[in-house]
Amino acid sequence: MAAAAWLGAALLTVLWADRSGTDWDYTGDLAAGFGAVSSVLTLAIFSEAWFGSMARMHRLAPWMLALAFLLGTWEAITAKLGLLPLPFFPPPQALLEVVIDDRVRLAEGVLASLRLLAEGYCLGAALGFAMGVAMGWSRAASYWIHPVLRLVGPLPATAWLPLAFFAFPSSHSASTFLIALAAGFPVTVLTWSGVTSVSSAYYDVARTLGANQSFLILKVTIPAAMPHVFVGLFMGLGNSFAVLVIAEMLGVKAGLGWYLQWAQGWAAYANMYAALLIMALIFSGLITLLFRLRDRLLAWQKGLVRW
Amino acid sequence: MVAHTALSETAARANFSSVRGAALAIHEVSHHFELEGLPLPVLERVSLHLEPGEFVAILGPSGCGKSTLLRLVAGLDFPVGGSLSLDGQPIQGPDASRIIVFQDPTLYPWRTVWSNVALGLEARGLLQSHRGRVDDVLRLVGLAGFTTAYPRQLSGGMSQRVALARALVNDPKLLIFDEPLGQLDSLTRIAMQEELVSLWQRAGFTALLVTHDVEEAVFLASRVIVLSERPARVTAEVVNARPYPRHRGDPHLAELRREIMSLLGLAQSW
Repeated sequence: MAAAAWLGAALLTVLWADRSGTDWDYTGDLAAGFGAVSSVLTLAIFSEAWFGSMARMHRLAPWMLALAFLLGTWEAITAKLGLLPLPFFPPPQALLEVVIDDRVRLAEGVLASLRLLAEGYCLGAALGFAMGVAMGWSRAASYWIHPVLRLVGPLPATAWLPLAFFAFPSSHSASTFLIALAAGFPVTVLTWSGVTSVSSAYYDVARTLGANQSFLILKVTIPAAMPHVFVGLFMGLGNSFAVLVIAEMLGVKAGLGWYLQWAQGWAAYANMYAALLIMALIFSGLITLLFRLRDRLLAWQKGLVRW
Repeated sequence: MVAHTALSETAARANFSSVRGAALAIHEVSHHFELEGLPLPVLERVSLHLEPGEFVAILGPSGCGKSTLLRLVAGLDFPVGGSLSLDGQPIQGPDASRIIVFQDPTLYPWRTVWSNVALGLEARGLLQSHRGRVDDVLRLVGLAGFTTAYPRQLSGGMSQRVALARALVNDPKLLIFDEPLGQLDSLTRIAMQEELVSLWQRAGFTALLVTHDVEEAVFLASRVIVLSERPARVTAEVVNARPYPRHRGDPHLAELRREIMSLLGLAQSW
């Protein structure tokens, strides 16, 4: 049924002439794409019927159906009927056109964003983790770091933006710092709370079994704190997305945020939608990756939230 | 599980025959906590001597300071007055020769059964040369088939057996039990008491047990020490010379139980 719906969307796209006065280059390609989804679904149905398990298909089917209707409706009211004003509401083939024609610039943007994000986030997460463990373990570290954390932590990293672009040698290093700051705060706080909430009985048992300080930290404290740490990593990742986009819009001359800004300058709405879609897919993918990592490392816990 | 234990008996004996219990000397030990700035006396000049390989139970009203005494013996806390020594060596901190098994098994939930048991060897850098011991001990407590399970998958009795294995793998000279069976249902409890006796007989460690359960103390121990209300003092000592293995229906044990109950001030119910 979902396959039929996709086929319907394809036929609608190809057979119904675009509204006169518009000229979309990729109408045929879009229809081909819809058709391809339809045939993939059909194939999947047959192969699953052949190999047994239909459960996965059954679970996906309603969504596939809804998507086909959504895209078909979108296509109909933009390219075919022209009910929505251009250029604010481009048809799907316009997005396809952007992704294909502007692929080099988009790919560069994706790479630049990912690199900046990776550098900032890893730096922030690593420092935050180290500070959190130090605070939870050492009274002195807690004494010195805690007041600073309380003062600086709640400040949104973006508030540093004007100062950071001025103080750092390059906008790239400034943005790395900001992303690290945004990711570091929740990681520090949650690691710290994770470490302090480790039951003292765990330490008693390990000590009577002959554990020394470093064994206690590495083999008791850190694994016991990991569930908290992952909450911090998750929150930090969300924060760092926000800072990444803002930093790219305001200072860095590369990346998807910059692309959005640039596209707005040209009133190229299709480009903006395409960039937004790519951004959503990437960010969602990164969060999925983090959750997968957590599921692997924390397999011993039960009742984890699925992403 | 009982069948498992029996099967592995020969292997276990080979491993543990060299282990001998140590003598524990608790001499005039006093301790107090700080409560709102005031000292709260917990132990008052408690003296107790355990012969190598002896099984001694401590009974006393709840909150009297029994657990505190065990923490001192384990080296987790230090007494305000008096001294403790194992085989003549003063107790100056935790050591793998004196291991405590708590009421709560306190397994590490992120470790499998196997690596929970291996923890002590790992912490002391002995794991590489003693991997086989972990398997031996798991077989000894009847958990050979659960090595890759996580603690959340285990029942209360199984968890406590893992905790026991985790202690035994280190060849302790003194095993300290802080109400180890307190959280178990009564049937598991009875089975575990019998297992404790047979483990103790085989491994030859000295055992110091704190319990609330008079019947358990009488069934397991060769000597029962009765403590007073807080601050705890030793008020009585009951020797139980019955040979092992013992039988619960033994009238002599019932007689001892009655005697201890009256020492605890609970004679009217008997």
